[in-house]
Amino acid sequence: MDTISLKLFQGIGRYGVLLALLALILFGWLRYDNFLGAFNVLSVLRYNSMFALVALGMCFVIITGGIDLSVGSTAALSSVAAALLSPYGVLPGLLGGLAAGLAVGACNALIITRLNILPFITTLATMLAASGCALLLAENQSVSVSYESGFTELGQGDFLGFPIPAWIALAAYLLGSLVLNLTSFGRTVLAIGGNEDAARLMGLPANKVKALVYLASGGLSGLAGVILAAQFGAGQPIEGVGWELFAIAAVVVGGTLLTGGVGSVGSTLAGVLLLGLIFNILNFENGLGWISLSAYWQSVIRGAFLLLVVAIQARLSMRTEEAA
Amino acid sequence: MSETATTLSTEHRASRVDTRILLTRHGAWIALVLLILVNLAITPNFATWQTLNVNLTQVCTIVIVGVGMTLVIATGGIDLSVGALMAIAGALAPLIFLGKLFPLPHPAIGIALAFVIPVLATGALGWFNGWLVTHLRIQPIISTLVLFIAGRGIAQVFTNGNLQVFNLPSFQFIGLGRVFGIPFQAILMITIVGIAAWMLRRTVFGRQILAIGGNERAARLAGVPVASVKQRVYLISGLLSGVAGLIVIARNSAADANLVGLGMELDAIAAVAVGGTLLTGGRATVVGTLVGALIIQLVRYTLLANGVPDAAALVAKAAIIVLAVWLQRQSHR
Repeated sequence: MDTISLKLFQGIGRYGVLLALLALILFGWLRYDNFLGAFNVLSVLRYNSMFALVALGMCFVIITGGIDLSVGSTAALSSVAAALLSPYGVLPGLLGGLAAGLAVGACNALIITRLNILPFITTLATMLAASGCALLLAENQSVSVSYESGFTELGQGDFLGFPIPAWIALAAYLLGSLVLNLTSFGRTVLAIGGNEDAARLMGLPANKVKALVYLASGGLSGLAGVILAAQFGAGQPIEGVGWELFAIAAVVVGGTLLTGGVGSVGSTLAGVLLLGLIFNILNFENGLGWISLSAYWQSVIRGAFLLLVVAIQARLSMRTEEAA
Repeated sequence: MSETATTLSTEHRASRVDTRILLTRHGAWIALVLLILVNLAITPNFATWQTLNVNLTQVCTIVIVGVGMTLVIATGGIDLSVGALMAIAGALAPLIFLGKLFPLPHPAIGIALAFVIPVLATGALGWFNGWLVTHLRIQPIISTLVLFIAGRGIAQVFTNGNLQVFNLPSFQFIGLGRVFGIPFQAILMITIVGIAAWMLRRTVFGRQILAIGGNERAARLAGVPVASVKQRVYLISGLLSGVAGLIVIARNSAADANLVGLGMELDAIAAVAVGGTLLTGGRATVVGTLVGALIIQLVRYTLLANGVPDAAALVAKAAIIVLAVWLQRQSHR
């Protein structure tokens, strides 16, 4: 295979998700009246910012070659903690939720780096534990947040005409992108995922960086939990089921390889929006009234979409391997 | 290199290693016996037929799915789709025997088909998982994530998300029937565990599974038909998930596509891990998975029977998983 088509293939692999996102937006804009109206755009961003935060942490974890299954129940635990602290003001609620997330992240980090247990099984266990703690804290029911303290602004409010949760997610993604691309921490993250033993032998602080990555994933899930509580007015101990797999799907759709060593923060955001827009378009399609697809189709379509993307990726990487 | 280091140090500390090996090799069995002894001492009415039946029926579906999961993990893979496949089998069976899918010539045929078609369908989906893993070379966790996401949706679309209620003793025998006072599902479970354990130890297929998990490239060079073995392993996992789905709906006299098999993938993986199967593949024990599932269930039962809330039992379950895997790691040093 000649170099031009090889480059083309690599380009599709890298920017494929952006092209697909643009195509989907174009489709929606042409087909539905208010698709790009301020109300729809802002509510899509507001709702998906929680998933975006969780997926950002997942992206870093996956680049190191690990996985974090605990993000969903961590968000649930944080939403309960934030709701319980919300009567004391915005800041205590925010910090309480964040602290709960960081605590779960610290457990993951300690078990994975000190006890040397696989990330998959570690975070499976902490997922159960966080969920148990959330139920205990909330006494098996949802905890309503205080509306007087202004805590709900974190989820429902706007700043400069743009939803506050979307600002938070945007800031997190900018920071994440800077950290991954411009700092030695980011390069170490990529090196660990490429070859952990080699990274260690080069003297990179592999354990420290891995620990920080899981801590960050916990913290971001904590923020997502705070937004969850603020947006829906309640701490929800049983929410977050399946978030981890949604986040993994978004990261993979974004082109980050699960084998680690390669990844992009921006593509992950595109992956989140892509999966989120599928739901949005389904709603619009039902609104047109020609066909009526139940909400259950959402997961079928998402699954099919994931299949399509990974199949294309697999084909591309096989071609690239053959050419190389 | 680490292999030689292990053998050297074992020679030096032979006596200490004996107890260590005993603890780690048979740790799961020891834990199970301890749990039973503790329960005999503190839990009222523990040594009754009913307690046994309650605990057995609770673990049945986890173990049946866990057997397939053990084989998949033994090849170095993972199957996240099992719970969703259970939902599909559970949604299909009532549609068939209630005659909603196609007209039935005779009720008995409907019941026979309600056993066969759902299990074949989930088997086919398992085959599809294996195809993604072997032919498109997509990682198992992603390959099976596709059906994890889409599978439950498919089941919900079939039934429009509605609860299907039924009362059909001949079908429900698989979940409610008893043979000599023992629940039929427990007999089914033991049979499946027995066959799988025999297969893994005594047949060429079993050795090939372990060889692939131990070192896939070496296995391929040694002439093991890697793709075909992996394909069959995912097929088995799919078939067993289908059986488990039928048991769940038979037990409940109702099929709810939203709930059947929810979280099953995690329960099964936990049982496999606690039972002593290496999660990176190459070493597996089917009987261990049975023991692992029993331990997790007994801990929960012990806590619940002694007034501890269910949520706290979740935290205990997490601790057991970490502890069990950590202990196993110690034996490999």
